[in-house]
Amino acid sequence: MDAIQTEKLTKSYGTARGIVDLNLSVQEGEFFGFIGPNGAGKSTTIRTLLGLIYPTSGRAFVFGMDVVREKENILRRVGYLPSEAFFYPKLRVRDVLQFSANLRKSDCSAEAKKLCERLQLDPEKKIDELSFGNRKKTAIVCALQSKPDLLILDEPTGGLDPLMQRAFFEILQERNRDGATIFFSSHILSEVQRNCTRAAVIRQGSIIACDRVEAFANAGAKRVTIRGHVDLSKLHGIKDLREGDGAVSFLYSGAAMQLLLQCLSAGQVTDLTVSEPDLEEVFLHFYEEEENA
Amino acid sequence: MTILNHELRQGRTSFWIWTGVIGVMLSVCVFLYTEVRGEMDAVTDLFSSFGSFTAAFGMDRLNFGTLEGFYAIECGSMLGLGGAFYAAICAVSMLSKEEMNKTADFLLSHPISRRRILLEKLLAILVQISLLNLIVLAMSVVSILMIGEEIPWTELLLLHLAYYLLQLEIAGICFGISAFVKRGSVGIGLGIAVFFYFTNLISNLTESARFLKYFTPFSYCEGADIIADKTLNLGRIAIGAAACLAGILAACLWYDRKDLT
Repeated sequence: MDAIQTEKLTKSYGTARGIVDLNLSVQEGEFFGFIGPNGAGKSTTIRTLLGLIYPTSGRAFVFGMDVVREKENILRRVGYLPSEAFFYPKLRVRDVLQFSANLRKSDCSAEAKKLCERLQLDPEKKIDELSFGNRKKTAIVCALQSKPDLLILDEPTGGLDPLMQRAFFEILQERNRDGATIFFSSHILSEVQRNCTRAAVIRQGSIIACDRVEAFANAGAKRVTIRGHVDLSKLHGIKDLREGDGAVSFLYSGAAMQLLLQCLSAGQVTDLTVSEPDLEEVFLHFYEEEENA
Repeated sequence: MTILNHELRQGRTSFWIWTGVIGVMLSVCVFLYTEVRGEMDAVTDLFSSFGSFTAAFGMDRLNFGTLEGFYAIECGSMLGLGGAFYAAICAVSMLSKEEMNKTADFLLSHPISRRRILLEKLLAILVQISLLNLIVLAMSVVSILMIGEEIPWTELLLLHLAYYLLQLEIAGICFGISAFVKRGSVGIGLGIAVFFYFTNLISNLTESARFLKYFTPFSYCEGADIIADKTLNLGRIAIGAAACLAGILAACLWYDRKDLT
């Protein structure tokens, strides 16, 4: 059975676009990435699945249940982590966790304790004293403590330091091995590539690609910026070449990294930066071109 | 009843401040009665010379020399306005605060229906307003006993019941508004309470404005009428109950289909 299925799901905010005719299918047990730049419609899709907003047209199902008519039954099996978590400021972390467990009518205290220890979250702290990162950790424990069958995570790593991100993804991998379906949205390609089995790319409210993550790897380009003198004429796979200010910058497909290194070592490089391009660039210069080819 | 408990806990500080202020002010007024009792004839004469404004506050029909008359005027100010403000603030922010403080996502992503949330929040308002009125009534009774006066039970209970119903009416209307607004809800709530209060004052000024009595819950809380008739104006209370239910119904219908953005 599909954990998530949408059929021509559309949501408009007045005249503004949210998502348009979105068709998406996530199978049970998948670790699924939902990639797209800011404003692409990731949060709109997620909020529709959770029943926080209502579809303008089309339908959506979670574990075969209609998101409008069977919302409560769906939410019993779903843990949600919003991109920005807000809680009641006068409460302590443990009160929020207890309140969340009470709303689910379940005793999650043992699991909450374990998660707080792993994420180094002090349950005695007051919400209004928490940093952005610690608020995020509180939201993570809230989402995970009831051991839901489906985890819907909206840009979950924002505010977490790299060590915490690693701990967080370890927990997600464990949950996934135990059978939970993970659906997480991100605009960071590398974190999707590292963790997901399948991913969909959303742009301007529509899915432009949905495939296994390995298929996206070919599009795993790097933004290379060089200062110095290097002959790039023999190097294939260069896109979006920009020159100026004593530096040359281009997108390079990761498939033949050895050739890039040979080319660089043959020249005189005074400074080199290799960075992750933003998704918009990648899909503009690689994925879409391949689609059109 | 998780949300009911949560709301009672969240509103605890505000509840005790309002209850304390209204209760203490009423008690102070009762204690003042012993001080000014002897001079009441002069005071009544003085107030009766203010013309239309005497009528606006119902002072032309009340005898300041009796505890009931004195209490009805003071009660009108303290419990009337104080209770109306508390009911308005409590109800008008009950739903809107979740969106304003961005906690709606947290609350509504749990397996609990919006109808259930509405019901428990409504109960939280009812419990808080009821408790406030019971405590304030108890403080009044104790204060009257302390000054050695006989308690005018019928008048006292009818006055307090009328103000309790007024608070419920305002709360119902404000609860309806709470489902529609995100920000500035407290200002709207207070504005409504003040509007109702002044509408009643205006309706007392001239015969041509008398029809306004049907549009304000303060009209069935007139101490002068309650003490004279020893009964409540059920017709006006029925209109108030309808307004209260309309507010709650509007909240139910709208909140159930509302996009929480």
